[in-house]
Amino acid sequence: MQAWFEKLKADFILNFVQGNRWRYLLNGLGTTLVITLLACLLGVAIGVVIAMVRSTYDKTADGARKTLGRRLFGIANGFCRLYLTVLRGTPVVVQLMIIYFVIFASSDNGTLVAALAFGLNSGAYVAEIVRGGIMSIDNGQFEAGRSLGFNYVQTMRFIVIPQVIKNVLPSLANEFIALLKETSVAGYVAVADLTKGADIIRSRTYSPFLPLIAIALIYLALVMFFTKLVGILERRLRNSDH
Amino acid sequence: MTTETIIQVRDLKKVFDTGNKIHALAGVSTDIHRGEVVVVIGPSGSGKSTFLRCLNLLEIPTSGTVTFEGVDITDPKVNINLHRQKMGMVFQHFNLFPNMTVLTNMTVAPVKLKLKTKEAAEAQAKQLLTRVGLADRADAYPNQLSGGQKQRIAIVRALCMEPEVMLFDEPTSALDPEMVGEVLEVMKALANEGMTMVVVTHEMGFAREVGDRVIFMDGGQILEEGTPYTIFNHPRNPRTQEFLAKIL
Repeated sequence: MQAWFEKLKADFILNFVQGNRWRYLLNGLGTTLVITLLACLLGVAIGVVIAMVRSTYDKTADGARKTLGRRLFGIANGFCRLYLTVLRGTPVVVQLMIIYFVIFASSDNGTLVAALAFGLNSGAYVAEIVRGGIMSIDNGQFEAGRSLGFNYVQTMRFIVIPQVIKNVLPSLANEFIALLKETSVAGYVAVADLTKGADIIRSRTYSPFLPLIAIALIYLALVMFFTKLVGILERRLRNSDH
Repeated sequence: MTTETIIQVRDLKKVFDTGNKIHALAGVSTDIHRGEVVVVIGPSGSGKSTFLRCLNLLEIPTSGTVTFEGVDITDPKVNINLHRQKMGMVFQHFNLFPNMTVLTNMTVAPVKLKLKTKEAAEAQAKQLLTRVGLADRADAYPNQLSGGQKQRIAIVRALCMEPEVMLFDEPTSALDPEMVGEVLEVMKALANEGMTMVVVTHEMGFAREVGDRVIFMDGGQILEEGTPYTIFNHPRNPRTQEFLAKIL
């Protein structure tokens, strides 16, 4: 037992203290959080736009005249569907590498490129969450808004969207948590995120146990922290749900 | 009741094309006069709700015209939103906004459409609430209300827009029987004040007592119309006779 502790202590010093190797983890954690946050913002922006296009196209299908505007709208809707199919139908690592090595081959800012890649990917999932939220609102709400004289956009803004936000916030928060874990593959494109940090340490010390367990615990702590926040958020929303 | 026509409907047709074509309206024409209470009756699937929903274009007619206060609102160039502000609608399932208080439900449209200031709208809303006996529920949320209360709120919410005509789409069909009366009372009071009303309903008592004219629809067509007395006591069309025999 004593010997085991001694070995663990030596291991700890080797992996984290010597050469200030703990900095790989700290800097990596910072990079992971930056990528997640930027990707989340981008994902929500893309997701909301796509969800609006898709649900508006579906909702206004009845009685729509085949005008030029409607045709262009149809093309936009088709583009959104294609986007969802491709982004949800291919692995995020592959998308990440295509964006880094093919599209932005000349860029050396891996963090931003990774944030872009994860944001584009997350946007596809957020779009379906938000669209589901819009479609889950009873059509009677929409009709009541229109019957009072609101136009389509006003009905969405004043009547439907406030209810949608309430419904989808917990799902969006969960998407954020999933995104946080997904960014662990950013190391594929030479981004020094948290996982890459542990990998670098491992490659220096040839001692994989502690670095990997350490980042697993860090991810776990982050996820538990954010899950707790989501729980509080959900309770708040439920309490104000009249 | 004057003879001024407020809504003129001409050869209104609506085809629902969901795989097989359903002719919900097969050419309906009628005039609705200012101050008139028109009650539309008929069996389920007769097209009476579709007819009502075409009046404010919640349902877009396949062909035919609806002329409201001299303007053909089926013309795509017409801003339908402006005309809908003058056509209040009450739904079978109330459709109150669950995330808003009763007062906000009533004031959101006039305030956001900049027709009234918040203060003026709230003052008017409170006055209307008093009239329907719900002044104490102004700060309640819809799910804290009974069905009858919800529907009374839905009626005064529509009235907050000061409409020229009120459309009722089976307003008591989703209510427990003991709550039907309170809603019909409000509608009756509204009729007595001279509001133009088009009411789709199964409440024959209301049709007989409050209606100026009763329209019987079946198969997407108006089969018979006339005063409540003639329709209920001397129906000429065999379908009308059959329908009334079943329900009266």
